[in-house]
This record gives sequence, structure tokens and C-alpha cells, in this order.
Amino acid sequence: MSQVAVNLQKSPTLLEVKNLAVEFDTYGGTVQAVRGVNFTIEQGKTLAIVGESGCGKSVTVQAMMGLIPMPPGRITSGSARLRGVEVLGRNTIDGREIRGAEIGMIFQDPMTSLNPTMTIGDQIAEPLQVHRGYSHRRAFDEAIQLLELSKIPEAAKRARQYPFEYSGGMLQRAMIAMAIACKPSILIADEPTTALDVTIQAQILDLLNDLQQETGMAIILITHDLGVVARMADEVAVMYAGKIVEHGSVDDIFYRSAHPYMLGLRAAMPTNDPSLQHELQPIAGSPPDLFSPPPGCGYCARCPYAMQVCGSAHPEDYFVGETHFSRCWLHHPDSTLKPDELYFGNMD
Amino acid sequence: MAALLEAIELTRYFDMGRKQRVHAVEQLSLSIAEKEIVGLVGESGSGKSTLGKTIVGLLDKTSGSVKFRGETLPQKYAPADFQRLATKMQMIFQDPYSSLNPRMTVGEIIAEGLRLHSDKKAPEIKETVADWLLKVGLQANHMSRYPHEFSGGQRQRIGIARAMILGPEFVVCDEPISALDVSVQAQVINLLRELKETMGLTLLFIAHDLSMVRYVSDRMAVMYLGSLVEIGKADEVYFDPRHPYTEILIGSNPEPDPELERSRPSTAIQGEIPSPVNVPEGCRFASRCPRVMEVCQHTTPELLPLKDVDRQVACHLYT
Repeated sequence: MSQVAVNLQKSPTLLEVKNLAVEFDTYGGTVQAVRGVNFTIEQGKTLAIVGESGCGKSVTVQAMMGLIPMPPGRITSGSARLRGVEVLGRNTIDGREIRGAEIGMIFQDPMTSLNPTMTIGDQIAEPLQVHRGYSHRRAFDEAIQLLELSKIPEAAKRARQYPFEYSGGMLQRAMIAMAIACKPSILIADEPTTALDVTIQAQILDLLNDLQQETGMAIILITHDLGVVARMADEVAVMYAGKIVEHGSVDDIFYRSAHPYMLGLRAAMPTNDPSLQHELQPIAGSPPDLFSPPPGCGYCARCPYAMQVCGSAHPEDYFVGETHFSRCWLHHPDSTLKPDELYFGNMD
Repeated sequence: MAALLEAIELTRYFDMGRKQRVHAVEQLSLSIAEKEIVGLVGESGSGKSTLGKTIVGLLDKTSGSVKFRGETLPQKYAPADFQRLATKMQMIFQDPYSSLNPRMTVGEIIAEGLRLHSDKKAPEIKETVADWLLKVGLQANHMSRYPHEFSGGQRQRIGIARAMILGPEFVVCDEPISALDVSVQAQVINLLRELKETMGLTLLFIAHDLSMVRYVSDRMAVMYLGSLVEIGKADEVYFDPRHPYTEILIGSNPEPDPELERSRPSTAIQGEIPSPVNVPEGCRFASRCPRVMEVCQHTTPELLPLKDVDRQVACHLYT
């Protein structure tokens, strides 16, 4: 068995990511896509990573899965320990004992992430053959069971079909079946429902919840939809310009938002309270250029509270609750400003 | 309220050969009053975009008609019809990446309408384009740039400027914000609302983000497999849906409120939207409806007003 399997000890912290940084060389220069990300995840919990396009949320998980093409990509620092075993820095072949076996992943666009020339059943069977050494026949039978588990009707017939014969929602179910084939301890879902209708999205989210209940796996959910976050997450990490700017329980993030970026996002969305008709307040401007990231806080240029210090020095993580921190100078112990008053009045 | 635009039993089929026929829009009637925003929601494949394109004449009508200010529009547009109607009706497209010609500068893209539909001279056109760039939050010197130099939100605003420069009365917005990030969505929505106020626009706003549609629209119309199933005031439809499909659609919409999400039961519906090819008799939602009755299998319900609220619903539960 692999080194990882030997080290499977019971501990509440399943995965610990420390100071992860990823760069890409391009013709235009070097993009610092992820600039020092820390988080941990516990067994059976769901961590949502939210942020807008280009904030580095996908690159963060791709680095853990060994899916960053190197070159042009480069993991410049950091560690990601799965039950104490380092998973970063393994190249594509060594990474196999982790990827697919210990960590499963589903992607945003199931149509382009599946192989159009292989039947769905064969694709689901593949990780079982690779990681478990099953015969093709045994793996295929298991694939049918996995499709049933993902609530695909007529699984035996469906397993012999090709991706083009599936609808978008069905393909995402098949992807999930493939990702959980080897009973991973972590499932990474990168925008799993962005391409789907709300009705199908509700089905897929229910399925993920059911599977988590059954298997006790942890889920890292990457999304930009705060509605999905509210439905699924236990913990939320808000990313902006390659850094986690706020991290806390789902209630902390939604009811006691601290970082101006999160406050801005909430003010930019319609509330579903008929008595409260607030004007949408867009966040002016756009995220900073990560070819040459600003010397201070990444959000500084768009922040309505920006102070002099914000443009010149990086803020630290300041705790605003027991497990809730915000990376913003406003929460420095010496700061007197309270950011939430401008948007909503005091929420507590 | 006088109807600015009226679709009467509008139908659009697509023939796929081998006697296969897609019933994209079927016998759909909808009237939109002046300066009203009607939000149109439904799953993909329900025919929302086909309806929008048929109304503005980008697709021919299989049968039925569209009236604009009382004038019945041609079943199939000739070039002269486009020439005449382009100044009155416009469309904003979903994908800001594929709806702008990559080989034209932004100035050329936005000016094209004016060039074709007004007798303004080049310097005057340039001035108007510069004006519009400012109005949509871009800069006048962006005129000489190409679409690839802009972000998604900026491109969407170029698409808006292109549609608005002729001062249309009616605009179909086909999912104008679906491709954008939350922080940028609000910019585009506020821009549309502002233009509505200043220009007296009437909008058909197609989207699948229900919260946003409720926020933007005066009335909300729900479409399923080519027909309207419910239409009424946006807030009322959202908070008090009557058609089982509307109920499921709104229940499936996750809201950014963890406590609410924890407290409400899952309303995930079984199955997926059936294929619109050769649709069977009866209510189109019957195959997925949790409250299906015998009558639904063979009789198609009509869109009828309810007695207790100002609402039209196509469901046998209310007849």
C-alpha cells in the first residue's frame, strides 16, 4: 500500500494547507495567482472557497491535486499535508496515490472534462483499476453501483453509453460517481453547478449532501454563488487577489461579515426580503493586476474605507471572532473604524 | 396601460428532419406595457431565447403575430423591415465574448447602427459614440480598441451601448448578466435601470437568476417547454408562487442566507426538462409535477387569471 495509506491516523484535521503560493510564467510576465493561502479542513465538513474569477480559487485546489502544468506553473512556497503527509510537489505520476484515491475532484464543465471516446462506465472503472488493481470486469460492476449511488436511473444501461448521450445534470452525476469511486476522504468540487439550471443544481447539491452523510468525506466547494455557499458550507474562506481575506463559519461570514470585500459583495446582491428594498451597490473597479500585485492590501483600490496604510503594507489576519478572521487593517486592534456601518447599519 | 408590444399566439418550431420537430415556442401570448420591465425565467431549453429572438424578428415566426404599437409586424423580416425596426427594437446578447466582432474596433461596433440608420456625418457619429461610451462607464478613448482588450463586464457594457445608441423603445436583454461576477452584475443592472429611467425603455429581461429578476422586473413570467405557466407582479410571483413549477423553481434557488437554507426542506425536483421534440398532449409539466392529476395527462391547461390575486396561471389545479 502507499505511503499515504500507512499514515492514515484518526485526527480531526484532515488537510492543512500552509502558505501556498503559485506563479505562472506567461509572455506578459509572471502572474502571482496564489499568494500565500492557509486553511485547514476537518473530516465530514464542507469548506467553501468563494471569490470572483481570477482570484486564484481554482489554482489553489489544482496545486493540491498536482494539476498545475509545470512549466509554466510553479509552486513557489507552501505545504499541503493530508493527515500529516505532504501532497505538494509530487509530479503527475507520484501524485496518483493521492489524486483519485485520497482526494477526488469534480469540475465545472462535465462535458469537456470527460473523455468523449470512452463509455461512462469505463471512465468510472478506470480509477478503480489504477488505484485498487481491480480487474476490468469487477471495476465495471462497481461503476454501475456507483452510478446507482449517484441516482442515475437504469445504471447498467447508462454505464455502456458515451458522454454525448447524457444531459448536463447526468454528466455531473457521472463525474461525482467517478470522483468518489475510491472512497476519497476529500472531495473537491470546482464550481460543480455553475453550468446547470437551478432545478438540476438543487439535485446535485442534495446528492453531494447525501454522499457526505453516508461516507463522512470532507468537501471543498469552490463557487462564486453565495446562495450555494449558504446552502452547503460549514466554513467559508473568501478569496481575493490570490489571498484569503476572510475566513469563518458560514454564519460568521453571512451575518457578521467583517472584510470590506465581503460587505461589498453582499451590498451588490439583491436581498430577498420584500420589506428591504436597498439599491444594489456595485463594487467599482476591477481586481488588481496580479502581474505586479499591489504592495499593500489587494482590495485597497476598490475599498471604500481604504486608509493610507492599506496601500503600502499587507494587513495580517486579525481575529474578529473565536474562529473568524479578517485580513484587513480595519480590524487591527488600534483601528477605530467599524466597516459594517456604512453598508447595513450594525448587524449585531 | 397601453401595450407597447404584444405577442399573440406566437409559435416557433424548428424542423430537424426525419419528421422531428422542436416545439421551441408554442402558442404563446404576452403583452408588455410601455416602460415596463418583464422578467422571463425558466430552465435552459424552455424557449426563452427563442421567444426573445422571434419577438425582435431575428427568427421568423412559424405562426402567430407580434404587434408593436398596434402595428402587426411581418411574419418574416425583409432587409427593409430590419432597417425600419432596428431603431425601435434592439437586443442585448448573453455572451459578451461571442457577440462582438473581434475584427472591428469598439468604436466601429457601437457606431454601426448610427451609420446605417441615421444621416449623421462621421464626426457627429464619433461624438455620439464617445458620449455613449461615457454613459456606460467606459472612456471615449476606448473607441479605437478591440473587444479582446476588455473584461466581460466591460464587453457587456459595449453590447449595451450598441443596442441603445439608436434610442430604441423596446429592448430584449437575453441573460445580460449570467456571464458576469457578482460585483460586476450590479454595475450592469444599475446601468440598465438608469437607462430605463432616462430613456423610457421597455425591457424583456431574460435570466435564470430568480433573485435578480425579482429585483429588476415589474412583472415576472415563468416559461416551461415553450409556454408560459405563470405571470404576475414580480414580488408576488416570487413570494407567493401558484404554479407547481414556479414553486419548485423558486424553492430550488439557493439564497445567501444560511439560517433560511438550513430551515427549509429541499425541494429538488426529480428528473429533467423533457425534450421539446414532438411534445405530447396534455400539460407539459405533467411528467415532473408533484401534484399531477388525471386531467393533466390529456388536456393542456390554458393561461387563465386567478380569482384571488392579480395573476395568470396555466394549471388544472385552479380550473
